[in-house]
Amino acid sequence: MKKIIFMIIYLILSKHAISASEELKNKIYKNIRCIVCQGQSIYDSDTDFAIDLKKLISKKLENGENEKQIYDFLISRYGEWIVFNPILSFYSLALWLVPLIILAIGGFLIFRFNYKKKS
Amino acid sequence: MNKKYKILILGLTTIIIFILFLRALNTDKVYQPNQMVNKKIPEIILEDFNNKNIKIDQHIFSQKDFVLINIWASWCVPCLIEHPFLMSLKNKSKIDIIGINYKDETTNAQNFLKKYGNPYSRIGVDKKGEVTIQLGAYGIPETYVLKKGLIVFKHIGPINEDIVNKILELKK
Repeated sequence: MKKIIFMIIYLILSKHAISASEELKNKIYKNIRCIVCQGQSIYDSDTDFAIDLKKLISKKLENGENEKQIYDFLISRYGEWIVFNPILSFYSLALWLVPLIILAIGGFLIFRFNYKKKS
Repeated sequence: MNKKYKILILGLTTIIIFILFLRALNTDKVYQPNQMVNKKIPEIILEDFNNKNIKIDQHIFSQKDFVLINIWASWCVPCLIEHPFLMSLKNKSKIDIIGINYKDETTNAQNFLKKYGNPYSRIGVDKKGEVTIQLGAYGIPETYVLKKGLIVFKHIGPINEDIVNKILELKK
């Protein structure tokens, strides 16, 4: 009985593990641009290059490399253009944060100006 | 605070924000074929064309002062177009060319070299197309010029008279 329960748990867990790794693979494939048909991701493309790249990514994941390492590798070979979603860098972070900071400072200055005026 | 300082701070902040936005938004939105130029040749392992038990790795390129890597295949029509230029580089200009035979049948590749001549001092085999990705290649034919393992020039597509002249210029 114990063996059967153990096997069921093992099967459920391995199924989850496989679907998680498939999900990660597909997520990466969808974020990599096919260099032959540049509007498409390698996920949607059946060109030789896309197939080779998918095999290489799959191999790298099996070897224990993570998503970021794979993107870093491809960016080092083909430039940032190869990924659809740009990697978060200092400058892209600044692009998001600077408007918010300006808004906060502006709000503070308006508040202070009104406060001074009232008092 | 003095009005002069206020204007100065406002001006400086505007300039800093402008630079930040410029750097963040000024990214390459088209393909970058020269991404590997001015970089050392990455780690690669190829099977030797003549003996599968012998491996060719990146060190062979680092040892040479000036060497060309040419990715080719017998089924590739543009490779046939550039072949006479490769032969001339080897015979007339004595340039060392190492070939990477890409996803090819060995017998077809051997027949190709027998028929049109062999410009390569050594040939590595890339059956799975992995090494070409390691090199950041976009397709075949593709030619890399290396100086002591450093990629100094890369050409996508068949080489022609202009590219030959450029290679000879780089050798000087």
